[in-house]
Amino acid sequence: MRYALMIYTEAGYDEGLSEVERAAMLGEYAALFDDERCVGAARLQPAETATSVRVDGGRTLMTDGPFADTKEVLGGFCLLEADNLDEAIELAARIPAVRFGGTVEVRPVVQR
Amino acid sequence: MLASLVGFLGDFDRAEEAAQEAFALAAQRWPEAGTPSNPGAWLTTTARNRAIDRIRRERTLAEKIHLLPATEAVMDEFDETVIKDERLELIFTCCHPALALDGQVALTLRALGGLQTADIARAFLVSEETMKRRLTRAKTKIRATGIPFAVPDAHRLPERLDAVLAVIYLIYNEGYSGRIDLGAEAISLGRVLAELMPDEPDVHGLLALMMIHHARRQARFSGDDLVLLEDQDRSLWDLDEIAAGRAVLDRAIGLGGRGAYVVQAAIASLQTREQIDWPQVAELYRRLAELTGSLVVELNRAVAVAQAGDPAKALQAVDRLDLDSYLYFHSTRGELLRRLGRDAEARAAYLRALELATTTPERRFLTGRLEQL
Repeated sequence: MRYALMIYTEAGYDEGLSEVERAAMLGEYAALFDDERCVGAARLQPAETATSVRVDGGRTLMTDGPFADTKEVLGGFCLLEADNLDEAIELAARIPAVRFGGTVEVRPVVQR
Repeated sequence: MLASLVGFLGDFDRAEEAAQEAFALAAQRWPEAGTPSNPGAWLTTTARNRAIDRIRRERTLAEKIHLLPATEAVMDEFDETVIKDERLELIFTCCHPALALDGQVALTLRALGGLQTADIARAFLVSEETMKRRLTRAKTKIRATGIPFAVPDAHRLPERLDAVLAVIYLIYNEGYSGRIDLGAEAISLGRVLAELMPDEPDVHGLLALMMIHHARRQARFSGDDLVLLEDQDRSLWDLDEIAAGRAVLDRAIGLGGRGAYVVQAAIASLQTREQIDWPQVAELYRRLAELTGSLVVELNRAVAVAQAGDPAKALQAVDRLDLDSYLYFHSTRGELLRRLGRDAEARAAYLRALELATTTPERRFLTGRLEQL
């Protein structure tokens, strides 16, 4: 089955880290994204760079900032091919952001 | 039977449907043809065959082609060993922590306990509609998210077993307030689990705890009123069940069990002795407090210290606890102050407890204590 892992973190959750710790974390992300079960992944720029777009009566409306104004914001995602939910949860728990108080939402992807 | 069908079909709804068909068929055939030598196996095999037929029919309908030849359903001959006992897989699926807790509880009672949806609804004081929705939501999530029908790997097992035990204990505690006997349901679930996982000390610990408590259920209430342990009519206790519970506790301890359920069962066991060893009970509560970090456990420990003969030390311990909004904190203080001859303070503590009382039996109990001062 295919799963989407959506990674939510507080802004600046990694600011207190030393250079060494940050490098280690990036290494962990790289290892996870290189896992053969990971079929696509991306880290996102900070939420301040977000533009929310809607269309109303043919007019394109833009708002500066993320869709939901919450303390935790979507910081990245990963598409997984896993046997079952347990396997997906195990990989989700290995995402470094979780160690720093982040949350990973695991959702099965609609199969076409 | 349902466990093996869910395992085989990978779907709760199909399994339930197939089981119902098999029972209906049995009701039709057995009176005439006689009951088969192994009724359980007959039902399971029949249900499987029915389900396969149904899946074929649905597929055929959907594709409008006949790719699969209809097979002869063989119902008289089967090897019983082929039908695997998959109740353990079913337990772990029903109690998967990705499901809402109320859904885990409902599904466990439905699929493993074999309870009807209406009965489960009544036990939890919700409408049948609500309970049906709860079950559907859980079953849908299992299917849609790929929750496996499997016993977790060794490295995940301790955590997942904790979740299973928590669900069973939750069911037990629902029965405690005396609606339908969910206590007995929880115990039979505990027995199944202990049979399937004979080497897990915590499983035996929980089973022992439930059995020893359950054995005293008749004595625990007088009408609506809660009867304290020391005032309980011991002739109402089920001594056989207590003995059986103690044997299960011995097994848990023999397996090296030192977890919270084992300690609680040991406390319950000591409290059913003719002469209660209160210093030992206090020591076990100390261990339990370490394991759980619970202030309510600390409160119970203080009560045991008082029973062991040192109400002054108990009061000191109680006064250190931050439990101001907890009724039993104040009623315990009241009792300790009374024993120390500080009646005015005892009265104040009981009055504070009375303010927090929400049920008539609680009020009646506290008013009685105030009158005795």
